[in-house]
Amino acid sequence: MNDAYVLPFEWPVVEFEARIAQMRAFAEGQGMDVPEAFEPLDREAAAWRARIFGSLSAGERVQLARHPRRPTARDVIQALSDDFYELRGDRHAMDDPAIVGGIGSFGGVPIVWLGHHKGSDAQDRRHCNSGMPHPEGYRKAIRLMRHAARFNMPLVSLIDTPGAYPGEDAERHNQGGAIANAIVEMASLTVPTVSIVIGEGGSGGALALGVADRMLMLEHAYYSVISPEGCAAILWKSAAKAPFAAQALRLTAEDCHALGVVDEVIQEPPWGAHRDPAASAAFIAEALQRHLSWLLALSRSELLQRRYTKYRTMGSFSEVQE
Amino acid sequence: MSFLTGSRFSRPRRASSESCVRKRLKETVWQFCPQCRCLVARDAWFGAGKACQACGYHARIGSRERMRQLVDVGSFVELNAGLRAQDPLRFVDTRPYVERLREAYDGGRRDEAVLTGTGCIGGIPVALAVMDFDFLGGSMGCVVGERVARLIEHATAHALPLVMVTASGGARMQEGVLSLMQLANTTMAFTRYRACRRLAVAVLTDPTMGGVTASFPSLADVILAEPGARIGFAGRRVIEQILRQSLGADFQVAEALLRDGLIDQIVPRWQLRGELMRLLRLHAPKPVGAGSLALVGTVQ
Repeated sequence: MNDAYVLPFEWPVVEFEARIAQMRAFAEGQGMDVPEAFEPLDREAAAWRARIFGSLSAGERVQLARHPRRPTARDVIQALSDDFYELRGDRHAMDDPAIVGGIGSFGGVPIVWLGHHKGSDAQDRRHCNSGMPHPEGYRKAIRLMRHAARFNMPLVSLIDTPGAYPGEDAERHNQGGAIANAIVEMASLTVPTVSIVIGEGGSGGALALGVADRMLMLEHAYYSVISPEGCAAILWKSAAKAPFAAQALRLTAEDCHALGVVDEVIQEPPWGAHRDPAASAAFIAEALQRHLSWLLALSRSELLQRRYTKYRTMGSFSEVQE
Repeated sequence: MSFLTGSRFSRPRRASSESCVRKRLKETVWQFCPQCRCLVARDAWFGAGKACQACGYHARIGSRERMRQLVDVGSFVELNAGLRAQDPLRFVDTRPYVERLREAYDGGRRDEAVLTGTGCIGGIPVALAVMDFDFLGGSMGCVVGERVARLIEHATAHALPLVMVTASGGARMQEGVLSLMQLANTTMAFTRYRACRRLAVAVLTDPTMGGVTASFPSLADVILAEPGARIGFAGRRVIEQILRQSLGADFQVAEALLRDGLIDQIVPRWQLRGELMRLLRLHAPKPVGAGSLALVGTVQ
């Protein structure tokens, strides 16, 4: 296992596992065949891991959501749709690689896939701007949403972005307006829509692809109004307080579910999606299939009415008589 | 003394003498512009809606004051005044959010970061939303989102034009992902408003940043801005940190946005009501059966 991808809270148990592996290799080198001798050690390591993963803090969950080996949107699309046909470009200025999209069938039905793509390795991540779209990326997303409406295909979006790109050109090209228009486009789509937060759900940049009939979220993903670092810098005046901010923002999958923002939390394989991408994809496929077939049975007007009510009733306030 | 208006008042050397001058000015009809230090007649200052007509400085004003400036006298009716913020996350940073809220409410005001209602502008009935930067940085929490969404629904139901004046630092962090959902909440209401084909005008004032630019103001049919207003999605400091260089003075300022094609007009405060009246008249609903053009003047 590559040391660079071990998260800080995993270190003790990873070290322990490495020792066990060393001992096992040594024993085998000596010609000893004593698998039963390692059983208690393996059990202990597994129990340790379970303890760590059973009590992760919000800050640690954010680290998991940002794990460099975590399956990207492209990985998930390719696992769920073997005939994925990519569409590119916003038809105005450029093709933003931070947004991936196209057509692919799922369960025999052609659907439009849309997602933030972070990149699979260092070079790809640089190319994709770590999944931070420019306004052109959101215009590409709008184009794909219109494609879905035109050909009456359900839309599935995979959310995984630290946020929209904060840059000089991005601002001059109307980042805020591009996001607003993506939100209104997705809100008024006449086809069933499902969004899945697969990693980072960073603020408006994430919401632009996330106004959907069904909102799902992977167990170790997060969804927040601002990054914990940004929040800490503003409210605590120190980015080092990010773990506190992560806790206060209630950004984990369970919290988002409890707040009514997310409809279902999708289970991940033990110790995170990156440990077993195939199993993770299977969990996603199961949930997606269930929600999509339910949505496909609804009439168009009922679909729009339900979506309208869902988002119009999101929020928490009290009302007093004046 | 009118010859002094608009001219630069030379600054006295000693601070004490200046404060002495200031003190005397308070009792008179003159005052300094905070930016260009011009002497401005108080009548002119307030007549322009707390702006300096010489240098274009616009002081920040509250939502009630703005509402008074825009609507016909006595025509304003507030909507959904009874909505109060809650603390869904039980959020605590250096101070609990409930404490910040109590303080903001206690400052002798019952407003949230937005004031909504109906009124008339030059006799034309409109639905208005005016944001207030002084209430927790004009941040958009659940109450702001709900008030705006209900106003848009009211405008849809009564086929009213919509005027939205923004001033906000963005979404309200203390309400977490629920405040992010207010972008969706307001936008959802907007999808139905579009179907009723009435004009929506946004007036962006200093500052309009973050989540607010990514929702209802950007969806307006016509977008106006006050001179010198800072408008953008990502904060200037964030961008400077990433680029590791400082940005030009006019970055994210209304004048630059006009050049880049992001807004329609820059309107000084003292002309805003008139401009809105013009726009509303041009977009008045057409009478039934109107299909022919009446040629005017000498065109034949």
